[in-house]
Amino acid sequence: MSCPACALVSRPPRGADAGRCPRCDEPLAFRAANSIQRTWAFLIAAAICYVPANLLPVLTTTTPQGSESDTILQGVVLLWSPTGWPLSLIVLVASIMIPSAKILALAYLLLSVQRGWVANPGSRTRAYRIVELIGRWSMVDVFVDTFTAALVQLKPLMAVEPAPGLAFFAAVVVLTMLAVEAFDPRLIWDAIPAEERHA
Amino acid sequence: MADPSLIACPHCDLLQRLPALPAGGSARCPRCDRELARARPDAATRSLALSLAAACLFVVANAVPMLGLRAAGRDASTTVIGGAIHLWTHDERMVAALVLCTAVLAPGAQIALMLAVALGARAARPAAWVGALLRHQPAARTWSMIEVMLLGVLVALIKIADYANVIPGTALFVLAGLVFVLAAMQASFDARDVWARVVWADAAAEPAADLGPELAS
Ligand SMILES: [Zn+2]
Repeated sequence: MSCPACALVSRPPRGADAGRCPRCDEPLAFRAANSIQRTWAFLIAAAICYVPANLLPVLTTTTPQGSESDTILQGVVLLWSPTGWPLSLIVLVASIMIPSAKILALAYLLLSVQRGWVANPGSRTRAYRIVELIGRWSMVDVFVDTFTAALVQLKPLMAVEPAPGLAFFAAVVVLTMLAVEAFDPRLIWDAIPAEERHA
Repeated sequence: MADPSLIACPHCDLLQRLPALPAGGSARCPRCDRELARARPDAATRSLALSLAAACLFVVANAVPMLGLRAAGRDASTTVIGGAIHLWTHDERMVAALVLCTAVLAPGAQIALMLAVALGARAARPAAWVGALLRHQPAARTWSMIEVMLLGVLVALIKIADYANVIPGTALFVLAGLVFVLAAMQASFDARDVWARVVWADAAAEPAADLGPELAS
């Protein structure tokens, strides 16, 4: 049994309780506690927040002509121009593609573990690592909107303020990151017969 | 004594014995290819120097303006914390807290933890508090998003440049340097080495189990 904090491998004491790490006293468990249930809970909450995050505006721009609210996707479309397309692409990938890919990939991993699939454990573990690595980048749009709103305060000419969709979008980012942390990738290997696992 | 060279892969739980690594060499899991260990020359000195540098850059980055704006004869500028405060005062408290955590608190914690651990690990037998701090290090690292924030600031900067004059502040360049120093700081750090040397208060609780690979679990 391996300690989640210091990685020392030790033999668990007899009995139901796995006890604590002999070196650093961290509670030990065969697998992260309720990994599948907790990952599903975070993932479903993220999927629910994903809807208002994309439908509600994230920024409101006020000019003497009136005010205008933009959703994430409208922001991507607005930025799309001969010179602005790289920015538009960054926001599209970070805000729309990464969160939806994360939700789909984690749901697939959870189903594969629950159904006990044995195929391609290596590539499923790699998929988990990619999700873990790219997840943080979906925060980009939260920072863009924060600093745009903080800086563009030119009343009465123009002012940009945050709108409700931003909070839902931030919740999606946090919930998907928590879902990734709750998932224990060792579960992927549990369905593989022992003789093949050590091959 | 548990054999500290015995290691269970954190991603697939394969139990294996780590070979002695040549300087600069690394070991990967034969089953799922996760990096298990890397021999880092002068790890202690390097992570101390880099965390000191990171601490200095971090203080400067948060003290001076990051972005300025000039339009219609008026100037405005903001710091990282100023951005979070603006959201807070416009009723986006959750997002403000998230920005503050990922752009200021978590990076600050990451640097402070690393600095303390690097100082404590200079002793041949580091005290128990070093291990206690080390435990929180992965979380601080997960939520520290300086590099993501920098990309966000650059996108905002180019976006705003359409309707006003944007002036990049000193903090922007300091933050760019900080991204590299933080990456080098994490790369130079050898958590396994520190874990292996920490002395716990209860010395009698030293690992005593002798186990063979057949106990893999
Ligand atoms: Zn492995």
